[in-house]
Amino acid sequence: MAKSLFFYKLDNIRRQVSMHGILIVVSITCIFPLVWMFSSALKTQQTVFSDMSLIPSSPQWQNFILAWTKANFGTYFFNSLLYTFTVVTGIVLISSLAAFAYARLQFPGRNILFYLFLATMMIPIPGAFIALYVLLMKLGLINTRIGYILTQINGGLALGIYLLKTFFEKMPKDLEEAARIDGCSKLGIYYHIALPLARPAIAVVVIFNALAVWSEYLLAMLILSDKSIMPLQRGLMVFQGAHLTQYPLLMAGITITVVPIVLIYFLMQKYIISGITAGAVKG
Amino acid sequence: MHIDTAKLRKFKDVFGNYLFILPAIGMFLTFSLYPFAKVFQLSVFRWDGISPVMNFVGLANFKEILYDSVWWRAVWQAFYITLLALVFQNALALLLALFVDRGIRGGNVYRVIFYLPPVLSGIVVGLIWNWIYDGNYGLLNYLLEMLGLAHLQRAWLADPKTALTAIAVIHMWKGFGWGFVILLAGLQNIPRDLYEAADVDGAGSWEKFRHVTIPLMIPVFVMVSILTILGTMQIFDIIVSTTGGGPGYHTEVPVTRILANMVGSSRFGYACSQGIIFGLLLLFASLFQIRISRYLKQEQ
Repeated sequence: MAKSLFFYKLDNIRRQVSMHGILIVVSITCIFPLVWMFSSALKTQQTVFSDMSLIPSSPQWQNFILAWTKANFGTYFFNSLLYTFTVVTGIVLISSLAAFAYARLQFPGRNILFYLFLATMMIPIPGAFIALYVLLMKLGLINTRIGYILTQINGGLALGIYLLKTFFEKMPKDLEEAARIDGCSKLGIYYHIALPLARPAIAVVVIFNALAVWSEYLLAMLILSDKSIMPLQRGLMVFQGAHLTQYPLLMAGITITVVPIVLIYFLMQKYIISGITAGAVKG
Repeated sequence: MHIDTAKLRKFKDVFGNYLFILPAIGMFLTFSLYPFAKVFQLSVFRWDGISPVMNFVGLANFKEILYDSVWWRAVWQAFYITLLALVFQNALALLLALFVDRGIRGGNVYRVIFYLPPVLSGIVVGLIWNWIYDGNYGLLNYLLEMLGLAHLQRAWLADPKTALTAIAVIHMWKGFGWGFVILLAGLQNIPRDLYEAADVDGAGSWEKFRHVTIPLMIPVFVMVSILTILGTMQIFDIIVSTTGGGPGYHTEVPVTRILANMVGSSRFGYACSQGIIFGLLLLFASLFQIRISRYLKQEQ
């Protein structure tokens, strides 16, 4: 009996070790390309292809300064920040107002108008960017920041309204009544009661849209042609097209693009992971 | 008189409620509904995107798609990547999720690491992998040489034989962590006492997997498959930042074709009709998946 228990334990340890072994190998493949990117950003044009060490003997920190100033990545970075901030603010503002109305207010056509939004989330229209381009041309918004911002705000509305509506519906009714008796207007209830209560849901909306806007490429490619208003993803492709061989600078540019995302991810990973799982398992 | 003011107040009230959804509706009409309708309108015209004249051609654009071999090749290639992702990416994700679900130590650390590639952009991932696959200085060729497999070395993304599969590998590297997180959440949702009950019945780990885990996971499997199909068929960023569709047409996919027709050949109408056909394909794929899952549920 004792012997079989011993073997059972041994078996268990063996299994644990092999499982950890596989998990660790996969983890390394996830992280290694990023480590390599950073290490290549610190090498020179000559050593980047010959020096295969992870830690370069003389790290070229000035590559980052060169990428930031000469290669325009400073401008692209500022643009990405601006786009992320304005688009996310717009989405939170517009979708929370609408979600509040759908969840809390009465008006004719409420359900139809809600399902219209939901439909845009469900129906894939891969060619819509062509018509969007035509529309922006007509409105004179091609190659403008506003055009790029507005289209992306619209892109995030459906999911934002959906998430916030389910949250507002759970809001206790008596809180709202009490506020109304105190003479609080609907806008006041939205602003002073609903919004603060919905903070966790708003956090999810903010994080997911921020990640999406930071990574967006297709619309940036179609809409923006001036370097001065391009975001990072577009800037990276422009740089690669013009300086195919300047590897360390390209890697420095990628690092500049990736660092904020990785930082935010590590800080917010709990929200991010619980956000996708909640949406997925329930949805 | 009294009734009138009440009516007026009621009207004002409802009108005020509409103001809350007005910005959203305005955005929706301008940037979702109008383009949606416009795609259908443009699809029956021949138009270069600039000239004031649009030639009505009826269904000629759709007829042309039928004989457009490059287009169908692009659809097939996206489908090939999708098949690989459905099988290998999701199998890896499920295997790793099963490991972590068994209460392994450090499970959360693995979860954080595996979800790192999915938060990176397709452009960044493509540009990094370009360099791993490089024919002269690439990391992959370097590893092969160290392993004594120098005869396998090649320019992975420039070789017609390997380019498409190489892209599929990048895509799966970027995507498996996402599948892992969702599948793990699904596994953790399974009530533990079901496993305990199976233990009492003397079920082995395979039987538990077959009769407890799989049936309860079917809805999650279906959802992961649908999202894998929709996401992979529309692959674009990774292609643009690696091969741009080449060599030849070997890594062209539907979105690159639609863009090539629109921006490259200035054939806006034709590009729109391709977009519609592609949208319908995606719709059918997800409806088909849902049907299968209903059928499987009834079987049990």
